[in-house]
Amino acid sequence: MKHLKVSLVAVLAVVMATAGMAVAGTLDDVRAKGFIQAGVNGDLFGFGKPDEKGVWKGLDVDTARAIAAAVFGDANKVKFIPLTAKTRFTALQSGEIDVLTRNCTQTLGRDTALGLDFCQVNYYDGQGFLVPKKLGVKSAKELDGAAVCVLPGTTTELNLADYFRANGMKMKPVVIENTAELAKAFFAGRCDVLTSDASQLASTRSVAPNPKAYIILPEVISKEPLAPAVRHGDNQWKDIVNYSVLAMINAEEKGITSKNVDNMLKSTDPKIQRFLGVSPGNGKALGLDEKFVYNIIKQVGNYGEVFERNVGVNTTLGIERGLNALWTNGGLMYSPPFK
Amino acid sequence: MPEIGKDKTADSLPEAVPFFNDPAKRAILFQLSAMLIFGLLGYYLITNTLANLERQAIATGLGFLEKESSFEIGESLISYSAADTYARALLVGVLNTLIVSFVGIILTVILGTFIGVARLSTNWLVSRIAAVYIEVFQDIPVLLQLFFWYAIFYELLPSPKEAFNPIAGVFLTNRGLVFAIPEAHPAHKYIAVAFFSGCVLVYLLRRWAKRRQEKTGRLFPVFRVSAGILLGLPVITWWLAGAPIAMDVPVLSGFNFKGGVNISPEFTALLLGLVLYTAAFVAEVVRAGIQSVSHGQTEAAMSMGLKSGQILNLVILPQALRVIIPPLTSQMLNLTKNSSLAVAIGYPDFVSVAGTTINQTGQAMEGIAMMMVVYLFFSLTTSAFMNWYNKKIALVER
Repeated sequence: MKHLKVSLVAVLAVVMATAGMAVAGTLDDVRAKGFIQAGVNGDLFGFGKPDEKGVWKGLDVDTARAIAAAVFGDANKVKFIPLTAKTRFTALQSGEIDVLTRNCTQTLGRDTALGLDFCQVNYYDGQGFLVPKKLGVKSAKELDGAAVCVLPGTTTELNLADYFRANGMKMKPVVIENTAELAKAFFAGRCDVLTSDASQLASTRSVAPNPKAYIILPEVISKEPLAPAVRHGDNQWKDIVNYSVLAMINAEEKGITSKNVDNMLKSTDPKIQRFLGVSPGNGKALGLDEKFVYNIIKQVGNYGEVFERNVGVNTTLGIERGLNALWTNGGLMYSPPFK
Repeated sequence: MPEIGKDKTADSLPEAVPFFNDPAKRAILFQLSAMLIFGLLGYYLITNTLANLERQAIATGLGFLEKESSFEIGESLISYSAADTYARALLVGVLNTLIVSFVGIILTVILGTFIGVARLSTNWLVSRIAAVYIEVFQDIPVLLQLFFWYAIFYELLPSPKEAFNPIAGVFLTNRGLVFAIPEAHPAHKYIAVAFFSGCVLVYLLRRWAKRRQEKTGRLFPVFRVSAGILLGLPVITWWLAGAPIAMDVPVLSGFNFKGGVNISPEFTALLLGLVLYTAAFVAEVVRAGIQSVSHGQTEAAMSMGLKSGQILNLVILPQALRVIIPPLTSQMLNLTKNSSLAVAIGYPDFVSVAGTTINQTGQAMEGIAMMMVVYLFFSLTTSAFMNWYNKKIALVER
């Protein structure tokens, strides 16, 4: 039995030891590789999924592209790695990916025990319930005894149990790891309810055989700030990811878009000159090119453009800005000054 | 050559051989250096891992087992809720793996033997059907088969409100197979006691019958009498207890049936997929075992006047089993290990629960180690039992 334990530890050790050797300098690693490896969803329309031509599309995908634009001046220097909810953190911890942009909720537990650091939130979400109309349910409080489809290893899974416990109701979870398989089981009637972040429910409903046959219940039972995550302890890399997202938010606030950014370079406003790197300083402070903000906005767009392109009211998801509007419009998107 | 020997005895001993030319000493040296290299490698890996974990501030240790799990599990053999600990959640997973493997192994052996024998049938149609079965199920990856069966269950079967009701008390829905069971009654305890006393009685009867046959040569109808005892004793007890017939009948209430027993589509799909897949391999093992006994043995037994049942029991099987048992053991292990594919179709087996635990606590090292230990334990136990059985049935050479 002793030998057994020793060999077990050894095998595990190989897994951990061969991974993530050079955590301290992600920026140097990324530069040496020539591209960023970003963990994304892969199955979530509007956030991370390749289109029919194999081009990756989505809000999280564009966030990763913005980071590549900041580091390399080229938004296409990203390799997207699709991950399930269960594999995503291990992939980041072990160094398989450099940044996790996969509709991932920031929590205290993940920030500490999992050894992660979360950056600026790129989507404020909340958990909801999707049900078929013919079920005749109007409120989540009527779901006692229901079979609920849920993804394993998510905050959603925990909120669900909490919500039913708090309301003295019972339920049967149906837990399938693959997002597409889970949706299939739900559409076929294996469960009464599908629960997830409201944005995901909108995304899932948009690919239903008959989207009009499903409604999202009014209750939002949790706060889900979705944010890019990096490994704990690499402050420079965290700053880069952080300010790449913030640059898109700040650009929207300043009215800078991918279309007018070239004109804005000629602006006489010292704030915009500093922001776009016309007057230098910001780039050097982050260890990046002075034109990193220009590159992000030119190649990816500001936050508003990215939002409307991927999940906005004119897409099949049709999501309002809501909490994700700028603070000046009653939302939560707010960027500290770039100086 | 003999001259050297002479030299040795005649004169003094030869000079000491340098240690690198002495095979015994050299072997020790090699062993030591191998151990040293292994030790250094192990030391490097372990310290590096611990350093990595510490630098990334990832929690370690088994303390999380005591914490509240906060997630629900779809089906459980013991009472469980989100308020229980991770340790209990993992135990639920272990039991779920155990039940599906145990039931799966029994059904696989029965079905596999049946098909293996059918494959050897002299009836052309029967043997062809068995051959087609074996080829088809052996050649499709088991994961695809699981997806197929699971999809069949939730796509084709109706919702609970339109449940398919073939006989009274049995309902087929996309939420699973629901059926009535006898309502809890104190008599059930006595019926169980009666059944187990029946088992002991049958065991004693067989020993007695065997000894009598060895002494007198007279046969005793053991099978028929045993069946009578095993069935009769519980039935008589039930009748004596006043023949309770109240049933716990499932009733549709709200979203699903309440009462009775509900077997989930996930469990059924997993069991069906594993059994049908592994049975194809077991069938080939059984066929090979039977064919390994030369036909001359059958002819010899026939010429001695044995009946066909006796030929199978006394001549063929004892020899075929020796060939069958070792590969059969490895098929049983395969089934147990393949049951971890449950995670793909939503059956909460051990891997599924442990995976969720790893994700919620972030303690991958501990979680993976536990998975390995549990599967190793299952496999070693199965092997140990089968090895014992194999030794027991091995031919005793005189």
